[in-house]
Amino acid sequence: MIPDRGLTNTVLYLDGVSKTFDGFRAINNLALTLEHGEMRAIIGPNGAGKTTMMDIITGKTKPDEGDVYFDGTTDLTTLDEASIANLGIGRKFQKPTVFESHTVADNIRLALKDERGPWSALFGARNRIAPERIEHILEIVRLIDHHERLAADLSHGQKQWLEIGMLLAQDPKLLLVDEPVAGMTDAETADTARLLREIARDHSVVVVEHDMAFVRDLDCKVTVLHEGSVLAEGTIDAVSSNERVIEVYLGR
Amino acid sequence: MSGAGTNSMGRRPLLLSLIDGKGWIFLAVVAAAAVLVPLLNLAVPEGSAFHVPTYVVALLGKYLCYALLALALDLVWGYCGILSLGHGAFFALGGYAMGMYLMRQIGPRGVYANPLLPDFMVFLNWKELPWYWHGFDSFPFAALMVLLVPGLLALVFGWLAFRSRVTGVYLSIMTQAMTFALLLAFFRNDMGFGGNNGLTDFKDILGFNVQAQTTRCALFVATAIALVLGYLVARYMVTSTYGKVLVAIRDAESRTRFLGYRVETYKVVAFVVSAMMAGVAGALYVPQVGIINPSEFSPANSIEAVIWVAVGGRGTLVGAALGAVLVNFGKTYLTGALPEIWLFALGLLFVVVTLFLPKGIVGLLTQKRQQRQEISPRDESLAAEAGIGEAGAVEGGKA
Amino acid sequence: MVRLFALVLLLVGAFAGRPACAQDLDAALAKLAGASGYAEIDAGVAALAATGSPDALPIIEALGEGRLYVDPQSGVLVLKTADGRTVDAKSGAAVSANAAQLAAVRVNNRVRRAIESSMGALRLVAKDSAVRAAAADAVFKARDPAALPAIDRALARETDAGVKQKLTEAQAAARLMDGATGDADKIAAVAVVSKRGDQDALSLLGAAGAQASPAVKPAIESATATIQSRLALLENVQNVWYGISLGSVLLLAAIGLAITFGVMGIINMAHGEMVMLGAYTTYVVQEASRIYAPGLFGWTLPVAVPLAFLIAGLVGVLIERTVIRYLYGRPLETLLATWGISLILQQAVRSVFGPTNREVGAPSYMSGSFDVFGLSITYGRMWIVLFSLVVFLGLLAVLRGTSFGLKMRAVTQNRRMASSMGIRTPWIDTFAFGLGSGIAGIAGVALAQIDNVSPNLGQGYIIDSFLVVVFGGVGNLWGTLVAALTLGVANKLLEPFAGAVLGKILLLIFIILFIQRRPRGLFAQKGRAVEA
Repeated sequence: MIPDRGLTNTVLYLDGVSKTFDGFRAINNLALTLEHGEMRAIIGPNGAGKTTMMDIITGKTKPDEGDVYFDGTTDLTTLDEASIANLGIGRKFQKPTVFESHTVADNIRLALKDERGPWSALFGARNRIAPERIEHILEIVRLIDHHERLAADLSHGQKQWLEIGMLLAQDPKLLLVDEPVAGMTDAETADTARLLREIARDHSVVVVEHDMAFVRDLDCKVTVLHEGSVLAEGTIDAVSSNERVIEVYLGR
Repeated sequence: MSGAGTNSMGRRPLLLSLIDGKGWIFLAVVAAAAVLVPLLNLAVPEGSAFHVPTYVVALLGKYLCYALLALALDLVWGYCGILSLGHGAFFALGGYAMGMYLMRQIGPRGVYANPLLPDFMVFLNWKELPWYWHGFDSFPFAALMVLLVPGLLALVFGWLAFRSRVTGVYLSIMTQAMTFALLLAFFRNDMGFGGNNGLTDFKDILGFNVQAQTTRCALFVATAIALVLGYLVARYMVTSTYGKVLVAIRDAESRTRFLGYRVETYKVVAFVVSAMMAGVAGALYVPQVGIINPSEFSPANSIEAVIWVAVGGRGTLVGAALGAVLVNFGKTYLTGALPEIWLFALGLLFVVVTLFLPKGIVGLLTQKRQQRQEISPRDESLAAEAGIGEAGAVEGGKA
Repeated sequence: MVRLFALVLLLVGAFAGRPACAQDLDAALAKLAGASGYAEIDAGVAALAATGSPDALPIIEALGEGRLYVDPQSGVLVLKTADGRTVDAKSGAAVSANAAQLAAVRVNNRVRRAIESSMGALRLVAKDSAVRAAAADAVFKARDPAALPAIDRALARETDAGVKQKLTEAQAAARLMDGATGDADKIAAVAVVSKRGDQDALSLLGAAGAQASPAVKPAIESATATIQSRLALLENVQNVWYGISLGSVLLLAAIGLAITFGVMGIINMAHGEMVMLGAYTTYVVQEASRIYAPGLFGWTLPVAVPLAFLIAGLVGVLIERTVIRYLYGRPLETLLATWGISLILQQAVRSVFGPTNREVGAPSYMSGSFDVFGLSITYGRMWIVLFSLVVFLGLLAVLRGTSFGLKMRAVTQNRRMASSMGIRTPWIDTFAFGLGSGIAGIAGVALAQIDNVSPNLGQGYIIDSFLVVVFGGVGNLWGTLVAALTLGVANKLLEPFAGAVLGKILLLIFIILFIQRRPRGLFAQKGRAVEA
């Protein structure tokens, strides 16, 4: 079952992945590998297939064809969202999605890595989570002063951070972060870049972003997607001098 | 309140500490009713101004059954966003299970004096008891069925629906179709449930005459106890992490899934528990009104139950029970005094509550009090408000 | 049934009776006119019958009903027609005769028997081809060998192809039951009967098979099998037609909802009440016609259609402006509020028109039926099927072809973009809701023809309508069409096996399971927009 491609050191392996919606090829023979502990920025114009790629990795969308392997061994195309999340893949949505009617602390509490079953939630371990674990995460994302507030009352940037905090609480091996700095001030953006670099020390991270300054801040390998497949890959300086990338971004 | 569920020590506190202020008021009122109503019925002579007539005892008992049904509905609708338009079906199934026990208790005292077969079966010229009627002569068995039959239906239906991510309005329409199919089925004579006429002419329950004053009072107390237990179970559920996950599902189902929660199992558990509660409510309802027939399955009944919850305030538990009692009191009064007005009033209630009172009575009161005390709004009733807009439709259009 | 039996009796009498010999009609008439006793009258009747002349039938009918007289002056037979004129019996020309002087030709029981027995044979040669065809059919069903001579005679002079066919069938029937007919003729007769191929032919073959010779038996058996399979097919076709008919009713009920729920996403539980308002509009129009213009009754339906559209549409607009407008994006709230509105509308109609069923009549073009290839199709059902298709296509044309339709689709697909392009989205919502409601009203006009017009009329359709729209796939009009017809036909094909109620239950369960397999219905909207 395990394809012998020397994948064992990849955390994420996509090959020949295609997905068509009603004749529209959202993903077209996409290939991408991510090594353990690597951070990768993915850029691309609208409709390049960034979000669909995330959907495929997290099990929301099934690809028409192609291989998607996690940790070198696990075929993600056969699993549903919950199983994939429990394998250790966390996802932050483009639009910040937090549980607005829960407090900040409860948002983290629900995200904390632990048993996920209803039995445990009713009678068991999930009701005995040590507050220190929550406080620890809230300190990282700088929301410790807001822990009793309803998530609905947070500012847009705070919600983004709360969602990153929830991602951390899941303690995933791989984080997929979709446009984390959309709608943030410059200071917040810089803080977020620092936070992500910090996280990337002991996690694999994929960041999808438009903001080139932010991507530069991340200081990692960049993959450019266009029309559902990889157009270029390399350092930020290499890809931004790539003629085809310039053509796609600046128009032809 | 959100802090009450899991305190900072990380230990689950005692059940009693999970009950909030309005919960205590609710429990006190129900307990007082459970003591006073039978007392005023049995101990106070009929001539006295304080005497509660027996028919009022039965009527109040009926209200409490409805309150339990509303509580069950609030658990799935208020906290998990599942608007079931078929909860009347679980109520009726529980009622039929109890009705079957009561029919078997009639024994040879029926019109046809058949020791084994209920009258309607003799009338249909049936020779033996259908297999599914066996065992219902035993009260423990019937009581088990009151829980198991609605629970099993909810399990199968919920498992199928939630696994395929049928949500929102689609789910509502499916639940409505479910109760409609059962309505048609129970109308059929050859189903063996008395067809159109249903089950009636009960004599005894546990050896006591169902018509007797003392039995009525006992049934009332039993219903009050069931309502309290139902409240405690529901309250325990919604204050646990399980309840927080339910609310999370209601507000952002996809997000909850991506956190690794199996949304369908959480929903199924809530749906099954809720269906069982509804079944118990139906089982207590039947001996107090003396009949169960297929009209209990009618989709209109289930929708009416939804408005009780909406009037009282969804996502508050106490509000659901309050709404059930208030609306039904209004119904009893209006259908008696101004029968043409009742449907106008009920219809208007639907419109007014959805337009102007989305949080219901309890939600409104909580909000008022909070405004006075200028405390930051942090209550389930407000939490529920966020869920009102939950479009649902088919899972997908959210993330 | 009794009448058929009586007819059979007469025919048997007629054919068993007398030998056929060509006699002049005049002579027979003279004999009757000059008769001076029951025996002679009897003989005169026999002679008249033996002429086999089409002119003899009205005379014998008149005799049987006591309307035949002898004019004592001329000695000529005259008869009084049903409308009281006195005419010459043979020529039918009016005669002026003194009524008081006319002597009725009297009959006794024996004569009456003779009259009855002669009429069957005479009907086979009656002037009116419909009478001849009916007589031939009766003979076919009686399958009496004694009728053969009369049939042969009638066949020889028959010119109408249709009647000739029926006579041939009658002849075949009689021959199959006749011991004297040879095997070759019988096999030919089996072929004729087999061609007829209906239930009567089948029962005839059953009876004939019991007494057939070994040579004929295989022919009968194979013909029986042919007819049986044909009849089974016909029954299925008939059921499919009933299904289409039911499907068209579902389509009518659901099509307005396909707009309000399917396209706009409004859970309109008061949809059924819009149908009810349409039905009551029809009732009011018909009442007005009964009082003011009884002659225009046939026009009530064409008048009711636009009126129902207007009334239901206006009520829809009112509901949208006062309630639904505030509930967009909260579908479950909409559901509750519109349910409340449905209760109010029901009670309002109950207060105005009373709780009992109201009588809505069917104009002449809606009643009666016709046969196609053995299928019996009632006009009412046929018009409803056609009407539902017209409404469907009309709606499709409005959505596809008009600027309103374009704007409406724009609004439902991307409200913000539509509004920034200058489309007044609130008004589009209002009119779209009015359109959906109006169409429900139109449906009510048609449904009033087949359902009880009562305040509860709408309730019966609401669940079905939602299921049709959901089953077909929300936002897809063609899906609604296919779903309505599929459910209608499936229901009618299930009914023979499962019974009406169980069939319906099975369908409900099927839809519940189906939606769980394919939550977006038969024809789901696909695409990235839905997926994202």
